[in-house]
Amino acid sequence: MKKLLSIFAVVAFAFSAHAGTLDDVKNRGFLKCGVTTGLAGFAAPDDSGEWAGLDADMCRAVAVAVFGDRSKVEFITTTGKSRFPTLASGEVDMLARNTTWTISRDVNLGFEFVGVNFYDGQGFMVPSALGVSSATELDGATVCIQTGTTTELNLADFFRLNGISYEALPIETNDEGKENLFAGRCDVYTTDASGLSSTRAAASNPDKWVVLPEIISKEPLGPLVRHGDHQWGDVVRWSLNAMIIAEELGITSENVDAQTSSNVPEVLRLLGVEGNYGEMLELSNDWAYQIIKQIGNYSESYEANVGPDTPLEIARGLNALWTQGGILYAPPFR
Amino acid sequence: MNEMNEVRKPPVATTGIIGWLRINLFFNWTNSLITLFVIYCLYQFIPWILDWTIISADFKYNYLGEQITNQEMCSRNLDPENGGACWAVIYVRFYQFIYGFYPKVEVWRVNLAYVMLAFALLPLLYAKLPYRKYFLYFTYIFPVIAYFLLNGGLGFTEVSTNKWGGLLVTLVLGCTGIALAFPIGIMLALGRRSKLPVISMMCTLFIEFIRGVPLITLLFFGMVMLPLFLPEGIDMDGLVRVLVAVTLFQSAYMAEVIRGGLQAIPPGQYEAAKSLGMSYWRMNLLIILPQAIRISIPPIVNTSIGLFKDTTLVIIVGILDLLGIGRGTLADTNWLGLSYEIYFFVSLVFFIFTFGMSRYSLYLEKKLKTGINMGAD
Repeated sequence: MKKLLSIFAVVAFAFSAHAGTLDDVKNRGFLKCGVTTGLAGFAAPDDSGEWAGLDADMCRAVAVAVFGDRSKVEFITTTGKSRFPTLASGEVDMLARNTTWTISRDVNLGFEFVGVNFYDGQGFMVPSALGVSSATELDGATVCIQTGTTTELNLADFFRLNGISYEALPIETNDEGKENLFAGRCDVYTTDASGLSSTRAAASNPDKWVVLPEIISKEPLGPLVRHGDHQWGDVVRWSLNAMIIAEELGITSENVDAQTSSNVPEVLRLLGVEGNYGEMLELSNDWAYQIIKQIGNYSESYEANVGPDTPLEIARGLNALWTQGGILYAPPFR
Repeated sequence: MNEMNEVRKPPVATTGIIGWLRINLFFNWTNSLITLFVIYCLYQFIPWILDWTIISADFKYNYLGEQITNQEMCSRNLDPENGGACWAVIYVRFYQFIYGFYPKVEVWRVNLAYVMLAFALLPLLYAKLPYRKYFLYFTYIFPVIAYFLLNGGLGFTEVSTNKWGGLLVTLVLGCTGIALAFPIGIMLALGRRSKLPVISMMCTLFIEFIRGVPLITLLFFGMVMLPLFLPEGIDMDGLVRVLVAVTLFQSAYMAEVIRGGLQAIPPGQYEAAKSLGMSYWRMNLLIILPQAIRISIPPIVNTSIGLFKDTTLVIIVGILDLLGIGRGTLADTNWLGLSYEIYFFVSLVFFIFTFGMSRYSLYLEKKLKTGINMGAD
């Protein structure tokens, strides 16, 4: 399947190797952005039919960078299976579809991951009544696990490393895992931490469930574009970076206007008051100003979609800035 | 004399309600036992389902009288002892369930298309309709009108199919698939029975290939590979690609259903038609197909219902049909955890359509008396 996909990708790429995605997007008048068919906190339609979430904000940020208008984006829904062919065939300009950055996807499928907008990882959720505070105390537990995924392999590795045993209860979908855990057929449910949070939020009484602190795998999720179009890759990469840098510099959607008269050089460069960084990207000079004004900085987007005040209650953790104990780090804006 | 003429009433036990009950529900002791068991189950189940769906359910307001805007405000989440279903999610998302992301200012076009669909179906469903002939003309041009109405063009602003969703997509896929598959299926069925080896082989190959792979595979084929076969610059719409796959799938099944009907027609009918000097097409159109299709009604409706439900598979290629919108709603942090309500609603909508189709086929069967043994006797 993977090989076949990569062949498709190469063939499709050969067919669609046209001038430049940025020009195509500008000519078309709107951005086509691939998102999930619905994942809590990352991309889901709200009551008015608008897409909302961390990934949806990523799409909007790119649309703002190119057009200065957050509404100039068309969301194309893709599934785990259809996302790569859709991007390869040029049906979407970029994917922001909580996709894990791996070497085979980056190299073999012919895509380019331009950054990470969410650091995820496999975690464990147990009933708080179990009284467990660490995954190493789970000796002999029954674990609900999705079959045929990397989570299954990670789980086996983790338990073997810690010299403890478990009994696997194979499940197919996230919903099934949720039902089995809530019904008490398994003691532990393991999947990506963001998925655990949404499962917990869907429980009738979320306080009865606790996500354990151990994260046993790396799942860096980020936006990606087709390989070979570096100009377009740069636009998407720096749209994400601009949001992260804005948080570093303390620029928010509320104070961005006041910040244009700041005396910090990097702030002035970012907001397009000084320098011609927009021109380098073939964008208008206030592109980053517009992103911050219309979407907000990374922290604002995070807090609104997945943060502790949302039903998902995902703490910043790894996704905090490097200065605040996380690993979120953007190259300097100069 | 008078006493002799007096008509004796039949025994109480064989007529009226009591008679019906005795014959149908309490005929012998196993029958009675099953009846009592079913009554007990219904007694347990009906009050509970009524309570959950209607009596203690929230429709727009919760038990505190507030308008519900997220799952936390549902009565059953505010107080687990209080409240059943939280239908507010359906109320709030009703537009999306019916129209997807169709722009609100243009939605009258979808409504008009829905109404026109009803008018287009009327002459097909009801043969005694006055002025049926004129209604039929409308039915023939309806697909063209619907295309421009929904998609845009001819002065209407274009609404890309990416914005279609919910019931709209389900109906477009279901109706187009069923309507297009019918003529293609007939041609394939005739082709497979053809005496010309090339035609019959090609039709057999096509049918066997399509039937041999799952619909999901065909959907992927339509989504991923179809664009590769097209010259560069021709951008085929995502929904159209899925429609192609669905139609191919359905026509292969339809072909086999109709072939089943064709095989039930006794050879005498063919011989009689030929002896009247009818050509191949006249024979099929006037003699064979009307009979063959008549006896194929139950399986035709069967595959059509199957297709209508199979359209939910389009979610895997990223098209949000009725079920897809339901799942999308479940992914909204405002409505997490309301899966019972959403799946219940989606199944109810599907049930209404499929049950309607099955009832209509029963009506047709009765009207055309398909049960009759048509033979050369």
